Amino acid sequence: MTQAVILRILQSIGVILVMTVIVFIGLHAIGNPVDVLIPSDADQIERARAVEALGLDKPLWQQYFYFLQGILHGDLGRSFVSGEPALELIMKRLPATLELAISAVVLALLIGVPLGLMAGIYPKSLASRLSVGLSVLGFSVPAFWIAIMMIIVFAVNLGWLPSSGRGDTVRVLGVEWSFLTLDGLRHLLLPALSLSIYKMSLVFRLVRAGAIEISRAEYIRFARAKGLGRRRIVMVHVLKNILIPVITIVGLELGGTIAFAVVTETIFAWPGTGSLIIKSISVLDRPVIVAYLIVIALLFVTINLLTDLAYLILDPRIREKMA
Amino acid sequence: MSDQTPVPPIVVSRPAVWLAWITESPAMAAGSAILMLVIGMAILAPLISPQDPYDLLSLSLFDTKLPPGSQSYDGSTSYLLGTDGQGRDILSGILYGLRISLIVGFGSALIAGAIGTIVGIVAAYFGGWVEALIMRLVDLQLSFPAILVALMLLAFLGKGVGNVVLALVIVEWAGYARTARSAALVELGKDYLTAAKVSLLPVRRIIFVHLLPNCLPPLIVLLTIQVARAISLEATLSFLGVGVKATEPSLGMLIASGFSYILSGTYWITLFPGIALVVTVVAVNLIGDHLRVALNPKLRA
Repeated sequence: MTQAVILRILQSIGVILVMTVIVFIGLHAIGNPVDVLIPSDADQIERARAVEALGLDKPLWQQYFYFLQGILHGDLGRSFVSGEPALELIMKRLPATLELAISAVVLALLIGVPLGLMAGIYPKSLASRLSVGLSVLGFSVPAFWIAIMMIIVFAVNLGWLPSSGRGDTVRVLGVEWSFLTLDGLRHLLLPALSLSIYKMSLVFRLVRAGAIEISRAEYIRFARAKGLGRRRIVMVHVLKNILIPVITIVGLELGGTIAFAVVTETIFAWPGTGSLIIKSISVLDRPVIVAYLIVIALLFVTINLLTDLAYLILDPRIREKMA
Repeated sequence: MSDQTPVPPIVVSRPAVWLAWITESPAMAAGSAILMLVIGMAILAPLISPQDPYDLLSLSLFDTKLPPGSQSYDGSTSYLLGTDGQGRDILSGILYGLRISLIVGFGSALIAGAIGTIVGIVAAYFGGWVEALIMRLVDLQLSFPAILVALMLLAFLGKGVGNVVLALVIVEWAGYARTARSAALVELGKDYLTAAKVSLLPVRRIIFVHLLPNCLPPLIVLLTIQVARAISLEATLSFLGVGVKATEPSLGMLIASGFSYILSGTYWITLFPGIALVVTVVAVNLIGDHLRVALNPKLRA
């Protein structure tokens, strides 16, 4: 078990190294890195000095080590636009993105799991059929269009909820959070809901398929024959076995949700990393783009690692195979 | 994977058989009918659209942001779905936009499918370090979400239909490679392929004539799903301003152009292109859902 965990961690470090190589090559393959890293209004002497200071006159492999060193020191250059350190800029906005992504995943679970259980246990009921139909729509309709429709309905026509910004925030542990104030929650609801529709459909389908399959299993029939209550069978025996694949998917999808938040944040003017990166792309603020890529890659690899470890802990079959 | 998994025969004979197969499920029938209609409208766009949205001379400043059903300023045309911020007829915009969305969707899915399938089958056939290298690459590719990779590629490549297709091919090939490899591995364990190998047929012939056709069913399902995904992804990228150029407006572009007006209640510029997009994607997904069941006998119970 310990050996498997260490192997998995080493593998993650390998993936991160490969990512840094790809980003590094990307920086060098597309355009001259001098143009990429030095503001275009610098004159010849400044450029020469910067080339030397950045080590761009050194051989490529040495430059890559400087780049790695920069990453390890948290130094990824300064934004061309604001002049602030790029990494700091990203880290300052990361909590807003995480708040949005985690809220979306929690919403998806809170609504997707009970509906999925219902549809799996009573597949013939009208509500189940309706949910199945809606989940096809949830899969098909692009998230950005759902977001726009929500703004038209709830913000413009009904005027119930705001459509941009984070609202009031509270400072906890040195970070601003929206979900702790009523106004913040009102601002969070539409973005989180629109971001969660796809995950919700996914969770719903997984739970439904799992519930249908498991209800036919021997041990469920045995539990029923033993005279266990329906409630206990569903809540303990069915649910527990469904949750393993659900947790994997949710873990993997958390990364996808953070990535897709780019779209949601842009639409709802949510001040997270996603809206920052879209602005940075439109003005080609490359240090910020690189910093974003590195931070996101780290985040993904960490999430994937934790998901795998959770799987290892939850599923005895895999645990035994690893041991 | 047991050796008994029968490969479902793909029906390719009489039109009547095709029709029966399509009308077998109402969802499949509806999806196919809608998709045919959408493709037909896109092909016939220059003939049936009331206005040429690329012809700037036909636009009038007096006709901007007219609600659905309005008459033009000079009374010559009526705008069934209204006009946008530049006085373009929304209906015409949608018909032309569909062309770009469909070309990007089908084009990228087919190219990625061809590349991914060959790569996956080659990996399965040769095994060893070729397979290990290809599959690690696939794992790496699939561990990062498509939207993010496509966004970054386009940030470096720049806008344009060709670049969007290229970016989508890069994010999509890996899925096909994985599916093709696992299908090919199952086939490679069967006797007919051993027979082909020992009869010293050329490798190219074994791969293309014997292996490939028998790996197709799961790949066809994936292709359908990927077409829907690509159309939706292209719309998202264009909405974010990194997709197609303003001179080649796809549906996502039209939706984006209307987004700045929605707070003032001018909903139709965004709503109608969006409906066209959703209808297209849902139709393709309905077909994909049916194919998944129809081509997999295990799900047919």
